[in-house]
Parts: sequence; C-alpha cells; structure tokens
Amino acid sequence: MEHAQTQQHPISVYFTVWGLLFVLSTLSYLVDYLHLHGYLRWSLILVFMLMKAGLIVAVFMHMRWERLALMYAILTPPLCLLVLITLMAIEGDYTFITRGLFFGQ
Amino acid sequence: MTQHAETNTAGALAPSSGLRGLVADWSSDVQAFQVPWGKAMMWIFLLSDTFIFGSFLTGYMTVRMSTTVPWPNPSEVFALTIGGTEIPLILIAIMTFILISSSGTMAMAVNFAYRRDRVKTTALMLATAAFGATFVGMQAFEWTKLIIEGVRPWGNPMGAAQFGSCFFMITGFHGLHVTVGVIYLSIVALRVLRGRYERTGNYHIVEIAGLYWHFVDLVWVFIFALFYLW
Repeated sequence: MEHAQTQQHPISVYFTVWGLLFVLSTLSYLVDYLHLHGYLRWSLILVFMLMKAGLIVAVFMHMRWERLALMYAILTPPLCLLVLITLMAIEGDYTFITRGLFFGQ
Repeated sequence: MTQHAETNTAGALAPSSGLRGLVADWSSDVQAFQVPWGKAMMWIFLLSDTFIFGSFLTGYMTVRMSTTVPWPNPSEVFALTIGGTEIPLILIAIMTFILISSSGTMAMAVNFAYRRDRVKTTALMLATAAFGATFVGMQAFEWTKLIIEGVRPWGNPMGAAQFGSCFFMITGFHGLHVTVGVIYLSIVALRVLRGRYERTGNYHIVEIAGLYWHFVDLVWVFIFALFYLW
C-alpha cells in the first residue's frame, strides 16, 4: 500500500487555491453588486463558475494528480449534459414562443 | 488493493503515464483504476450525483426560459437589510464564503490525515462539519424568510410561479447533501480520533470523505452562479 501513491502535497497549494476561490467568489458577487447586465453578466458568471469548479476538482479533489484512466472516466461523461442543455434550450424557446402565441397579448 | 500494488511492482513494467498509461489501464486484464476501490466508488457516485444536479439545473433553466411572466430578481429576493441599508444577495455571498472555507479546512484535514496527525485531522474535520452546519442553519433562515414572504412551490408574489419549485427543489436537495456530509464527516472524524484507521494505516477514508465534501462545495458553485446570480 505504501508505494501506491497517496495524495500528499504541500499545504501552500491548498492555501493558494483557497485564496483564489475567495477572490473568484468576490468577483462573481461583484458582477451582481455592480449591476452588470446581458451577455457581459452571463459570460462573467460562467467564466468565474468554471474557474472555481476547475480549481476545486483539480486541486481539492486531487484530480490533476490522478491517472488519466480515472480522469477520463469521471470528467468526460458529464459532457453528455451539454446535449441535454442544448435540447432543453431549444425546447424552452419553443415553449416560450408557443405560450406567447396562446396566452400573450 | 495490496495484492494489486504488488503485482505492479513485481511485473517488469512500471505503470506508464499519459495516454499510453490510459490505454494500458483500460485494455490490460488488470484493475483499471489504480486507486483504492472506495475512492473509485466515491468518484462514480459523485458522477451520478453530477447528473442529478445537472438535470435539476437544466430543468430550472428550461422553465425559466419558457415562462412568459418575469422571473423574480434573485438579487432583490435574497437581499438583507443590515443596519438600515439593503445589501443585495449578501446572505448567499456569506454562505458561499462559508462553504469555500469548509472546503479549505477539509483539504487540510486530508493532508494531515496522510501525515497521521490524528488530533489535527479530527479538529479540521470537525471545523469543516461546523462550517457545514452553519451553512445549513443559514439556509433554514433563508427558507423561513422566503416562506414568510409567501414563496410557495406553486407560486409567489414576486413573479413567475416556477421560481418557488425550482428554489425549494435545488437548494433543498443541496442542503440535504450538506446535512448528510456533516453527519458523515463527524463520524469519520471521531473514528480518526479513536485511532480506528491507525491499525490498518488506511487514511484513504479521510480523502474519500473529503471528495464527497468538495463535491458539495462544487455543486454550490454551480447553484450560486446559475440560480442566484443569473
């Protein structure tokens, strides 16, 4: 067991990520506080969200030190959700337009 | 696991890394994931949980896109009046920082567990659980506030009726995960303190519990961005 690698990394790595997560959270809060709107707001929210998610998975959950076999098995299946998101975005738009036609005006 | 590790060292070939290693891990007649089974299982459970929350958030976005009634502005709905001034979304921001801090203490706990520092590990894990309990407490406060204001799963005074059902379902399911995590971490922390893992030297248990906890934080990142900030 001893040589099967354990996840032992310098504490400073965790502090750095901790700090970065605080900064990114503050930035995403500021997006709301400063009343940004439209595509700027949405893209900033998504960018900060993905950066935070990446830091948590890569460092706190030690994914960047795992072997590719585990990385691919865990990180690629969620991409299926992109298909669901696309389909539901089309569906959502369709429902909105249909509702506008029938209930609107 | 021990047996597997031995075969690795006994064999002439050391496990290669990168894409070659990926192919070797998946195509050879050996255990595919070179991690303790508990860790692989936790990752697979978290993957399935990703799909649950992914579907929740997609469903929420779909009803939000399809409603003809304006969506309540989360910035105002979740504002708190502190010292006479109304601060938008402040409660949610504090909850976010609490959960991030809990993730930080958990990561440190895993680190100290591998160093076999049982007291520090237990203290950090209990701190994590305490942060988690605080988070759930604040969520209970938030729910109470919204229910008093008339938010129900079938309607609310601020706008689109779907707001309530999305809010209660998504935050409720996440809150349930945090609550379970607090119990899970407390149990593991006490076992560490009692020296249960000292006999086997198997401190992977702490890392596996940590994976679950970081996942709870990870889900909150998505809820915070897509539900509260959007």
